[in-house]
Amino acid sequence: MSETSKATERRNINIIVNGQHYHVEIETRLTLADCLRHRLGLTGTHLGCEHGVCGACTVLINGNSARSCLMLAVQADGSEVTTVEGLSDDLGEWHPLQQAFHEHHALQCGFCTAGILTSMVEFLQENADPNEMEVREALSGNICRCTGYQGIVHAVLDAAQRLRNPNPEPSS
Amino acid sequence: MSKGLIGTPVRRLEDAALLTGEARFVDDIELPGMLECAFVRSPHPHAVIRSINSDAAINLPGVHAVFSYSDLAPLLTKNFIPPDNPALEFAETTKAIVLAEDEVCYVGEIVAIVLASSRYTAEDALALVDVDYEILPAISDCREAIAIDAPRAHRYASNNIVAEFRTEYGDCHTAFANAAHVLTLSLKQHRGSGHPIEGRGIVIEFDASNDGLTAWSSTQGAHRVRNSLVDIFGLDESRVRAATPDVGGGFGSKHIVYPEEVIAAGAALLQKCSVKWVEDRREHFLAAIQERDQYWEVEVATDQDGHLLGVRGSMIHDQGAYTLLGFNVPHNASLAVPGPYVLPNYQLDVTIATTNRVGTIPVRGAGYPEGTFTMERLLDRVADDLGMGRDEVRRRNLISADMIPYELPMRARDGSTTQYESGDYPACLQKALDSSDFKNFPDRQARAKSEGRYIGIGLANCTKITGRGPFETGIVRIGPSGQIIVHTGAMAMGQGIKTAYAQICADQFGVDPKNVKVIAGDTRTVPMGIGGFGSRQTVTAGSSIHLASIEVRGKALKTAAHMLEVSEQDLELRDGEISIKGVPELFVTLSDVAKALSGAVGYPRPKDMPPGLEATVNFLPTGLTYGNGVHVVEVEVDIGTGGVEITRYVVVNDSGRLINPLIVEGQIIGGVAHGIGNSLFEWMGYDKTGQPITTTFAEYLLPTAPVVPNIEIIHHQTPSTVNPLGVKGVGEAGVIPAAPAIMSAIEDALKPFGVRISEAPISPPRIIELIEEAISKP
Repeated sequence: MSETSKATERRNINIIVNGQHYHVEIETRLTLADCLRHRLGLTGTHLGCEHGVCGACTVLINGNSARSCLMLAVQADGSEVTTVEGLSDDLGEWHPLQQAFHEHHALQCGFCTAGILTSMVEFLQENADPNEMEVREALSGNICRCTGYQGIVHAVLDAAQRLRNPNPEPSS
Repeated sequence: MSKGLIGTPVRRLEDAALLTGEARFVDDIELPGMLECAFVRSPHPHAVIRSINSDAAINLPGVHAVFSYSDLAPLLTKNFIPPDNPALEFAETTKAIVLAEDEVCYVGEIVAIVLASSRYTAEDALALVDVDYEILPAISDCREAIAIDAPRAHRYASNNIVAEFRTEYGDCHTAFANAAHVLTLSLKQHRGSGHPIEGRGIVIEFDASNDGLTAWSSTQGAHRVRNSLVDIFGLDESRVRAATPDVGGGFGSKHIVYPEEVIAAGAALLQKCSVKWVEDRREHFLAAIQERDQYWEVEVATDQDGHLLGVRGSMIHDQGAYTLLGFNVPHNASLAVPGPYVLPNYQLDVTIATTNRVGTIPVRGAGYPEGTFTMERLLDRVADDLGMGRDEVRRRNLISADMIPYELPMRARDGSTTQYESGDYPACLQKALDSSDFKNFPDRQARAKSEGRYIGIGLANCTKITGRGPFETGIVRIGPSGQIIVHTGAMAMGQGIKTAYAQICADQFGVDPKNVKVIAGDTRTVPMGIGGFGSRQTVTAGSSIHLASIEVRGKALKTAAHMLEVSEQDLELRDGEISIKGVPELFVTLSDVAKALSGAVGYPRPKDMPPGLEATVNFLPTGLTYGNGVHVVEVEVDIGTGGVEITRYVVVNDSGRLINPLIVEGQIIGGVAHGIGNSLFEWMGYDKTGQPITTTFAEYLLPTAPVVPNIEIIHHQTPSTVNPLGVKGVGEAGVIPAAPAIMSAIEDALKPFGVRISEAPISPPRIIELIEEAISKP
């Protein structure tokens, strides 16, 4: 088998993305990010470096965050994937992180935002009551060039509180 | 009757699409029959191309074409991208080549383009394009480049000097001869690349009906893209449109028109199909602009009380292989030196050297960080030598509030006179010193020292030219739908300007900003435009939109008065309805007014009213407006590892009147983070032969969340006097004084060792080296 034909070998995969089942035939070398973006049309996941440092392409695979640029789509066969498009609830209500990001000006160009949101969804599941330094450490795998992180940190802390206490008493 | 929206922290209108994955960036555009491309790039810093053989590549299934210079040449009126008003004569050999003919001058220069059904296949084909190079000697370091016997960066050039100029006023010779105190500094300054998280990219949509092109570019200048394509391909404006999808940051790296964009357009014309190119990060490292290296040799003269008498010296600027834009980085750097200080005499000789590295143009700050670094490092040294506080030496030299407006003793880049038309620099400094408790820092420092910790405090001032003209269009248009639509030549690349413009417009119509739609960066709707750079768009486009909104509002009221048969004074405009005061049930909507003004055959329009509920304004600023800022930074230095932790960061900033404090603060904080990167992390390295050696984010470090502290911002609002909104630009304000403030703080922390810092960025190993050098000095 020549190098080129190996590279263009194709395979069928089944993945569930944001609750929807997909069956796609893909080249084995296709990254998960490119599969999501260009085969499934879910362009909310972005590519910032394609070498696993910037974190913009982060998605959740069976609930765990992963760089979709460093993972082949075939490796996700049989998995459940969550992307930024799947963070709102069934009624279209934003996730508390999305709401908090809006209120705290936690995004500017918004290109890194999807990866930060997915990373923080996982983080807040693991640590429901983080302090600021823990949030900053958790964010260290995501690069944002616009915001200086300040709004993001405040938004994550605020979202953590909202998730712990989803129906606060109205303040008097 | 404004709604009072100016100055309120309206949550951004841009956010919803970006937070839910609905935004559309350039790589999200899919078009029927579109091909993707990849570029064959030179692996050598300097070489002659002997031959290009693309047979094997073309035979690869999925590859549609491989084009090199000879294929593109018949379409080109010129094989270079005209620089933007270079203001200086410069070496012809450094014109920015579109596609290499027979010589490549930096690693990453484009030799050929591959068009294929997918990017994967296009990249497969790159390896199959056989280019025979004859390697030539290369020059990497701009200091070595200016030597008479240095290898030439361009083989037919007589030397490596692109241009030289002098910035001067007063009489340095006399000032230095009579000075009580003179000291000299050698400064090595470096800034890396822009690195927006979305790289560059372009989709050329081919229109077979007129062989026309729509360039969807991730750019800071749609009009510049359109104008360049028109010029280089000899097309007329009816066949070329440039428009921006959502843009994932710019920071200068999307400020110019690049060879990739021109070549992709040429390939679309040749192949008669749509073409997409999306930059990967390695390409950004290799072929997107950088700001890179400047080497300053400067001396300062003062009287015995630390008053500045003069600054003079020389600077070498690394232009890289090509002149992509002009010389605004070295020009601005030279102009930024006096900053907010009374500097009576000044002379700087600048040499712009070409090297076999990618070209340089402005990254956020555009030379202002370097000029500011020079002055602020000099002032720290003066304070030290004269045994004076670093705050005191600044206080003594700042332009006082009663000297404003202050005519600058030097000309701007365009030769015009400029003045600091508003501002209060001593007040800003005092606010920064008070809120950072600068006065009592020595106590904190002594306490820390007794615990074996080395902490330091630093400060720096800056001014920044903003609101550069000539203009940026604002069109306010209300059609029969009643929707208020703003069109502008300004560019949205993540700052939040659509929200700011919606606020400015909504303010006049008494509506929620959500009800104003802003369309930015499309040459089809706005024929002329300059672009998003130089902290200029709120001043220029914001003012245009403000004036256009007032005009449309006036027209709406006048027309409504006619329709309701009352006098204008009896009307009020609220929530998109114009009603008779006290009789709210008697009203017309903006939609009704727009319909009346859009005319109907056989019916008269309201008397004396030109058709259309719309206005176009090109506000022409009468002068530049300068923002200013003071940064005070506290750091702790680990003398075992050389690690620097920024423990406190206070900013006092004057951006004039704020449209949206949330967005302004976002700009300042983001700028500071960029400045922290320039101070401690970002280094674009090349080896001696011109090979780039930092081409991933693992080698070139960007600031991350744990290393950027919370930034405390205090606004000092002195309204600008040269635009109707009273605003000053803020896009670059945060980055400019960051490096000198941080170096000042590190130096202060390491005062017990006598460490001096004359460079940026500075790494932990370098700090250790400086401590060891200082200790070993007798």
